[in-house]
Amino acid sequence: MARDALTAPSGHVPAREPLAPQHPHAAYALEVRGLTAGYDGAPPAIEGITFRVPVGELMGLIGPNGAGKSTLFKSIMGLLHPTAGEALAFGRPVREARAEIAYMPQIEEVDWAFPVSVFDVVVMGRYRGFRPFGRWTAADREAAMAAIERVGLVPFAKRHAGALSGGQRRRVLMARSIARGARLLLLDEPFAGLDAGVQHDLLEVLDGLAHEGRSVLIATHDLSCVASSCDEAVCLNRRIIAAGPTAEVLTERVLAETFQRHLLAIPSVGDLIRVATDEHVPAEGRDEP
Amino acid sequence: MIDWLLEPYSFAFMQRALLALVLVSVVGGVVGAFVVHKGLAFSGDALAHSTLAGVAVAFASGGNVSLGALVAAVATALGIGWTRERARVSYDTAIGITFVAMFAFGILLISRRTAYTPDLLSFVFGNILGVSASDLVGASVLAAALLVFVAATYREQLLVAYDPAMASAASVATRLFQYALLVMIAVAVVVALKAIGIVLVNAMLIIPAATASLLVRRLPTVMLAAVGFAMLASVIGLEVSFHADVAASAAIVLTAAAIFLGTLGVVSWTRRSARVASA
Repeated sequence: MARDALTAPSGHVPAREPLAPQHPHAAYALEVRGLTAGYDGAPPAIEGITFRVPVGELMGLIGPNGAGKSTLFKSIMGLLHPTAGEALAFGRPVREARAEIAYMPQIEEVDWAFPVSVFDVVVMGRYRGFRPFGRWTAADREAAMAAIERVGLVPFAKRHAGALSGGQRRRVLMARSIARGARLLLLDEPFAGLDAGVQHDLLEVLDGLAHEGRSVLIATHDLSCVASSCDEAVCLNRRIIAAGPTAEVLTERVLAETFQRHLLAIPSVGDLIRVATDEHVPAEGRDEP
Repeated sequence: MIDWLLEPYSFAFMQRALLALVLVSVVGGVVGAFVVHKGLAFSGDALAHSTLAGVAVAFASGGNVSLGALVAAVATALGIGWTRERARVSYDTAIGITFVAMFAFGILLISRRTAYTPDLLSFVFGNILGVSASDLVGASVLAAALLVFVAATYREQLLVAYDPAMASAASVATRLFQYALLVMIAVAVVVALKAIGIVLVNAMLIIPAATASLLVRRLPTVMLAAVGFAMLASVIGLEVSFHADVAASAAIVLTAAAIFLGTLGVVSWTRRSARVASA
């Protein structure tokens, strides 16, 4: 791999104690091996995907729109059946480890018109399997409220979820993932449409989760948040372009190959790198009040 | 005035009618909340129409008509889900194909008979005053089974309705519950069939839940308010029907529609006033 890293992400201190592995695979929250998946009658949307998410790390999954980020998440979760390969969570097939995993889909996949409050949505993250006449316990409710507090939506807890803006909806779904108390979080575009301040706060929340020993895989096309906060990065464009420590992965060559266009790197205030791309955020999602 | 209002209920058939409508209201309100918010209004209508096939078969063979309707509606519900999955067509196309086939089959069977019997017509247009004690028992059993099922699987139904991807990721049997919702609609339709009739039964699923949704924004409250609106429409409609000597199911559905329009008017007016006040 080319070593012409643009900048090392400083400011972020990966000062986590490595967890004692009890199992050869326990050091990895997620191992994806040769995953190939797609939709009927089309060439595979992702092909031969192999990478690992170490325990207790934030990992960015970077790629342009249409690179297969959502498809990858769906095939990891078994919502799409991969035509080849497998995904292991904590050394076990994902379907056996679902209680340990929180999956946050993109906000467009959720039925926001449905009559549920923010709290109702967040507490759904606590679902642990079918029990006849199952109800949320006091512990479930507390975990849900704590998660709502972590993403800063306490004043909205009783509101109709559909009455919230695009950015707030993302925070609702993130709170639901946090409330799950999972050891592995898969977040699909959690920051699109959020303003810089909120994004920074949420990255701190995710950083806190990583310090608790949880692992977070964040799909995004926003390079700056990966550069500033993620320990590791995976670049995806139908195939894995590169994977590894963020500073080694975010090179001009890798990014050009990932985004299939020449990128302009702009060193800016502080240590944040800003990379201009043609990516745009849908106007619908950026109405943070 | 009180006497005038209570007068209809001195007749046993009116008491049975009221009891039947209570069952229809409860079932319609609970299932209707899902129907309205999952955009399944067309399914309700389709499942109602499909029961004609079962009713006609039961008439031709001398079997139990409600059972025939139930089998036809459940078969259609499963057929809709199956057609959509296998043929990869949209939901409304799957519904359109399945129910029209069932309805046509019903008409075909009926056309073999020399005349429409009043009994058969009562399923098409509803015959609330002809609800028998055994009809009531049958509807009660179905309604109770439905309510127990909803209570037992409420969290799963909510998860699947709101976010099927997350539900599957959390190991909810998403497909099973998507089918179960269609079967629930089928059961609700059959509970209401004798009282309201094939043509109007869908109204008891849609209108009360739609009215409730104008006012409240959480699923349990939508269900409760829908049951309330359905009962209100039933009682008023039944009174109108008795005193004005008009068809009960039509009076009830029109009352429900009037309540919806009135509520919509009030809600729009208060929101506009609020906007004007804040401007």
